[in-house]
Amino acid sequence: MTSSVLNIQDLVVEPMAGGRPVVDGISISVERGEVLALIGASGSGKTTLALAALGHLRPGLRVQNGSVTLDGTEMLRAAPRMLRSLRGRAIAYIAQSAAAAFNPRMRLDAQITEVSRVHRSRSHKEAIQTAHRLYGRLDLPNPDLVGSRFPHQVSGGQLQRFMIAMGLQESPLLLVCDEPTSALDVTTQVEVLRALKQGIADNNTAALFVSHDLAVVSQIATKIAVLRSGRMIEFGTARDILESPKDAYTKELVAASKHMTISPTSRGGSVAPAPGPEKAPLLAVQKVVAGFGKVTDGSPSVTTLNDISLNLRKGEIVAVIGESGSGKSTLARVIAGLHPAARGEIYMDGKRLAGSVENRTVSERRRIQLVFQSADTALNQKHSVGRILGRVLKFFHGTSGSARETRVAELLKMVQLPPEYANRLPSQLSGGEKQRVNLARALAAEPEVLICDEITSALDTIVAESIIRLVESLSKELGLGIIFISHDLATVSALAQEVTVLRHGRIVESGSTQAVLSAPQNPYTQLLVSSVPQARPGWLEEAVATRNRLRHALEADRSSQALASDGVGNALAITTGP
Amino acid sequence: MLSFILKRVLQTIVLLLAVSILVFIGCEILPGDVAQVALGQFATEDNVRALRLELGLDRPAYERYLSWLVGILQGDWGQSITTKTPVATMLSERLWNTGLLALVTTVVAVPLALVLGLLMAVGAGRTWDRSASIVVLGLSATPEFLIGSLAVLLFAVQLRWLPAVAYLSPGSGFSQTARALFLPVLTLVIVVTAQIARMTRAIIANLLTQPFVEMAVLKGVPSRRIVGVHALINAVGPLANIVALNIAYLVSGVVVVETIFAYPGLAGLMINAVQARDLPVVQACALIFCATYVIMILVADILAHLYDPRSNAQAAMEKL
Repeated sequence: MTSSVLNIQDLVVEPMAGGRPVVDGISISVERGEVLALIGASGSGKTTLALAALGHLRPGLRVQNGSVTLDGTEMLRAAPRMLRSLRGRAIAYIAQSAAAAFNPRMRLDAQITEVSRVHRSRSHKEAIQTAHRLYGRLDLPNPDLVGSRFPHQVSGGQLQRFMIAMGLQESPLLLVCDEPTSALDVTTQVEVLRALKQGIADNNTAALFVSHDLAVVSQIATKIAVLRSGRMIEFGTARDILESPKDAYTKELVAASKHMTISPTSRGGSVAPAPGPEKAPLLAVQKVVAGFGKVTDGSPSVTTLNDISLNLRKGEIVAVIGESGSGKSTLARVIAGLHPAARGEIYMDGKRLAGSVENRTVSERRRIQLVFQSADTALNQKHSVGRILGRVLKFFHGTSGSARETRVAELLKMVQLPPEYANRLPSQLSGGEKQRVNLARALAAEPEVLICDEITSALDTIVAESIIRLVESLSKELGLGIIFISHDLATVSALAQEVTVLRHGRIVESGSTQAVLSAPQNPYTQLLVSSVPQARPGWLEEAVATRNRLRHALEADRSSQALASDGVGNALAITTGP
Repeated sequence: MLSFILKRVLQTIVLLLAVSILVFIGCEILPGDVAQVALGQFATEDNVRALRLELGLDRPAYERYLSWLVGILQGDWGQSITTKTPVATMLSERLWNTGLLALVTTVVAVPLALVLGLLMAVGAGRTWDRSASIVVLGLSATPEFLIGSLAVLLFAVQLRWLPAVAYLSPGSGFSQTARALFLPVLTLVIVVTAQIARMTRAIIANLLTQPFVEMAVLKGVPSRRIVGVHALINAVGPLANIVALNIAYLVSGVVVVETIFAYPGLAGLMINAVQARDLPVVQACALIFCATYVIMILVADILAHLYDPRSNAQAAMEKL
């Protein structure tokens, strides 16, 4: 036990306002060279536990009992001066959102070398050299120059790697990583995970790795602690937890992470209703071009969607996948009429729809409904669930009085919520329940086309899984045509019959889910497929290898696209330029 | 960058033109006839008409506006109706006095307020912050005439250290000027410091809840550096605006303090001119006050822009 880098004993952290402890009697220890993963859903106390290792509590929390010892120092009772001298030097923190954790007005070099500066560990020149060496090891471009940029001038994946460099600058004993890859696209996640794994291995650093994603954790952790509601419900080596989980909740987590890997033989494609091609599609998007800025000759000055065509039939689920910036949300807005296209048409049952929602009839608007990503912002926090749903009923159907109440209860039943929920406020619901209400709000209009924009990306794995099952059953029962927008291939593979892959506003591949995901033709689709985390040893190394193999093809692909269209070429030059 | 400054300067010029029109219209609709007031209530109809003719009041408004504007651009602010001296001469003396008062107050109050605000933000929620907050809030709610009168009572009447009246005679030496300025400056420093310190505390305390501050804490950065570097560089924009507004207030809004200490400044000049219906002087003062606000805001905006790397990047993007 004496060799432990970190030793947490019987830690209890509770809200100052009283109530259930956030961390409830957890004991863990981390040895040199070991990576301990803390896994659990949001609210499980994993971040609070990780921050306690640094002797830090978020405002409003207090330690009720227990001890946290880092390399012989009691962190919970250490003087502020002592804490300062350990933080950044002996123990370093890597935050979830690099975009928020970097000071927007300081150059990256200054922020990374600040650790050396405040600890007076080396001269400015040496600190800069160390930082630049780390940039190189973490595969950042132009290691000697890139640090003079401001945080907003590098991409999200690069910024996350800068954060890792900041953590490793003083070669700490323990690295605390709080969901370091959760905010990233899958393909970027692969790079960052590899960089992090290498950084930890290079220094024989111990690490505490907080995550909700078992597949990600399995690539990097030696031991796993499963947390739920502030308690540690299972602890063991990574292998044991993944292969023979004992607790029911852990079993559920492992099962959910297996579902989340791509399985082309599952639902996708095989149960397609396969309507004959002679049957007109319910919704047809034809050669849509959209973007921002002044439109000249049908092309906007910045193009975000280029030449997009898509067909959706009744009862069919079509997935649109792409990473951030691929234009998938713009496509949702174009179809819903919130963002008029510069060129191209949208047909509903063969009838052309106006570009802007103001020029569509009420019935046309009713037939296409959008479900937004974040139920927190889409639902009025001051209105009860019944009022939120009732408003839509009144607007589209003029339903009122007891008929409305009956219909609200029906809608809640449809999304598998009890009728009493009509009286609740959104703040009284869990994340998954809010997303169900969000779906019910769209269903209240009795639409024929439902556009789901990243509706599961803010949810924990198990909750996301249940929402996906719900969407699937709704499409079957109500015969809805669903456009399911996601960055998550695994979700899509279990749900959609057809898939369209977007990259930089263009369709790179489309077809039946089975065909596209089991035998992707385009190098970008291949990259996406190989980047979906899998909970098996060696996946990360394979994904990195695939990435390196495809790199050349992807760059060639991109430059030919840039040449093909002036508008997109310019947009790309701006987003990728220095 | 340069294009942004150029654009903002051009906007400011257009704004100043608009302000000059508003000032002119404002004076036009003031109740009372200049000629009537100037001649007193026993003046004959003929005399009033003759004066109106002499002052050019019979000409259409737009014509008078244009000649006024052209005059200002050439440095000719017109002639005072009551004293018959050029407005420019009256202004220059008062402008110097007001400028001196504003400058000394700014130099003392701004650093004091920023330091005070930062210290309060560092200890946000602690006893020191709470007691300082109460004092500062109390002071910013106290009318300046009360602060000024109490200062006179204490320093001039009781202790007899300083003159109660801050009369600046031309050619007076440094120590005499300093003695005359002390009480008005003290009063204004208290008022202005309280305002700026409160805002500084609010802005910095808000920045201290940002994730990048937590990151800095977890890097082992000491709190004085977190507040003085990490938070402060993000507060330059809003702080510049608050300081600018306070400086503009020091130029135009200090009539009460000027009155208490009989300080011959611009605000007092304007009040007298309004009472005497001396419209050329009123217009000139109003225009100077408005211009001070507009120009201070311009300076603050440019400062905020210079300190924001994102706006620089945007400018660079536009060039692409």
